[in-house]
Amino acid sequence: MLEAILIGAVRGGTSMVFATVGETVCERSGVINLGVEGSMLAGALTAYAVGIETGSPWLGALAAVVAGLLLSMVHAFMVIRRRANQIATGLAVTFLGLGATSLFGQGYVSQGVKAFTTHAVPGLSDLPFLGPILFDHDPLTYLSFGVAPAAWWFLYRTGLGLRIRAAGENPEVLETMGTSSERVRWIAVAVGGGLAGLGGAQLATAFARTWSEDMIAGRGFIAVALVIFAGWNPLVTVAGAYLFSGAVAFQLELQARGAEVSIFLLDAIPYIAVLAVLAGMSGRRRHAAPEALNAVFDAGTQPA
Amino acid sequence: MSALFKRTLVLLLTLSLVAVACGSDAEPEVAASPAPDEVAATADEPAAAVEEETSVSDACGADATKVGFLYVGPKDDFGYNQAAYEAAVAMGEATGVEVIHAENVPETIEDAVPVMEDMIAQGATILFPTSFGHFLPAVEIAKQNPDVCVVHQGQLESSLEEGPLDNLGTYFSSVFEPVYLAGIAAGATTETDVMGFVYAFAIPQTLQNINAFALGAQTVNPDATVIAVSTADWCDPAKQAQAAQTLLDQGADVLTQHQDCTKTIIEVAEAAGAYSVGYHYDASELAPNGWLTGSDWAWTELYTDIVETMVAGDFVESEYNSDYRIGYRDVDAPFVAFAPSVWGDAVDAETRALVETAYDGFFADEDGDGVGDFNVFAGPLADRDGTVQIADGESPGYIELDQLMGFGSWFVDGVEGSLG
Repeated sequence: MLEAILIGAVRGGTSMVFATVGETVCERSGVINLGVEGSMLAGALTAYAVGIETGSPWLGALAAVVAGLLLSMVHAFMVIRRRANQIATGLAVTFLGLGATSLFGQGYVSQGVKAFTTHAVPGLSDLPFLGPILFDHDPLTYLSFGVAPAAWWFLYRTGLGLRIRAAGENPEVLETMGTSSERVRWIAVAVGGGLAGLGGAQLATAFARTWSEDMIAGRGFIAVALVIFAGWNPLVTVAGAYLFSGAVAFQLELQARGAEVSIFLLDAIPYIAVLAVLAGMSGRRRHAAPEALNAVFDAGTQPA
Repeated sequence: MSALFKRTLVLLLTLSLVAVACGSDAEPEVAASPAPDEVAATADEPAAAVEEETSVSDACGADATKVGFLYVGPKDDFGYNQAAYEAAVAMGEATGVEVIHAENVPETIEDAVPVMEDMIAQGATILFPTSFGHFLPAVEIAKQNPDVCVVHQGQLESSLEEGPLDNLGTYFSSVFEPVYLAGIAAGATTETDVMGFVYAFAIPQTLQNINAFALGAQTVNPDATVIAVSTADWCDPAKQAQAAQTLLDQGADVLTQHQDCTKTIIEVAEAAGAYSVGYHYDASELAPNGWLTGSDWAWTELYTDIVETMVAGDFVESEYNSDYRIGYRDVDAPFVAFAPSVWGDAVDAETRALVETAYDGFFADEDGDGVGDFNVFAGPLADRDGTVQIADGESPGYIELDQLMGFGSWFVDGVEGSLG
């Protein structure tokens, strides 16, 4: 049962791994983007549509990155340039994404796409336990294994990463050093939007193999919550994403085994799990929040 | 719980946690009521300005020129909504009335009532809310608009405490009968003797489908078991994919479903080399290797007859002004509601013959009472705990079955998985 849950965690959690890691980079710069849900939707539809039109899921995934990124630029423009409220803007961006994808997606609902297929890694996929959990997936899932370490390396080992963290902690210092914190935030929001788009692509063209209106169904918002769970650490976000999808797999396993529990309660397990962990972590991790992000809430407006 | 509601809930929880985690005591400014933005009402023709109805009769829907259809999902979902939509369009062509459609209408009073009010304002005097959860909004509308006929797809008017209304009716077809036939094909084809069933909610129709599928399979394969898991959603493709994977991991080599959008589960089964039994709509093109068969709706004739009855002003006296059910056993019915979909290559000739014999059996009427002699749920029938639910010698009718197999009530022996 544990193996099945872990397989399910990886299969179902991949789209959220991309989204949470992206949102971590974004929030590290002092911008919270509730438009992740919208960017995932944009990525899902774009990957699906481009996949159908070109016959190549890879081109679809590439286009999805661009679509997710472009939508996040609306958020960046509003909050960085226009200094709009980050929460309200993020929500507006999500509903913009929902409306636009519903409209433009209508013609694709009934079409089939050439989806990413699973490729077992020769040798490794035969390993007991770990083989099926880690080495029998679609290419985007293998890619997702690298995205959190890459984000960690980017944030902590590159100059741009340092500037992103500085923009989130102490933008004045950054400005004194002659770097525009605004420009750094634009980049961080773009990374977040692009990765959310890629997450949407994984959901539509590798996992569920369909386009359906509102198919992200709240996973983008969960991703934002998981960033907090992870204490703004890209490596821990992966655990959060897998926790959520693992809990989905867990409750499905319970159902298949005939647990005499209401399906409505079982269905709530992933959400309860995330909430419980967040509640447990949030007090301890308060110091981990980027200072500029605290400003979003303390001032009720935008970072300095 | 609708997807929209759940999304809003998740959103609010997320926001509150963001606020907590960031050590704030200032509430974020949030507009907490996202509008039902998905509701897209589309008209087949430009909305002609409807002058006041010159009704020759007081009956609801008499001389109607416009009919409104509500769907809970998109009209191209390879499923329930697409089947209803296509039949609505065909009904419009057959009767000459204008049909207006509203897709993605959530199953709540707040969402569905305004959509129907808008259709009435556009001149519609006949409404077809087609999703199970559209029933309470439909009752509201029927009460407020006595001149508008409302016929609901799936629920029972007799379940209303306040008694029947003159302008309200319900209808449905015994989809579990073709599901039973598909169960025979699945039971004969499965190699692992395990079949997976992904459902949304344990409503009467769903329980009938799951039980009928298992009973059908057991007629040819006594070892066959059906594992049922719920997604608690009519269409959440990612959850469907995860549910399908869970079932495949449990050894299921045939997957079927009672979901509104059916594509994901069929695609996942096909990719895993498993067999598919379709539901709602012929999706055989999605599974060239694993498609067995399926049940698809053929609503056109029923919709047409209902609308023609209303337009003629005869609704109140008709059987549609109550709980109307039709199925294979109505051997003299003017139309049979479903047809088994095309056979997949994976079904051998012997199995096809078995199913076709069973199909013919539904229409046998030796005693000439106008009701088919074969009943999928003829007693004695016990639930999986051994309690007799349908006594020996009983042969419940379609309406009675909806009551005997109420929400979250019981599975037959051979069905595994949680219930309700």
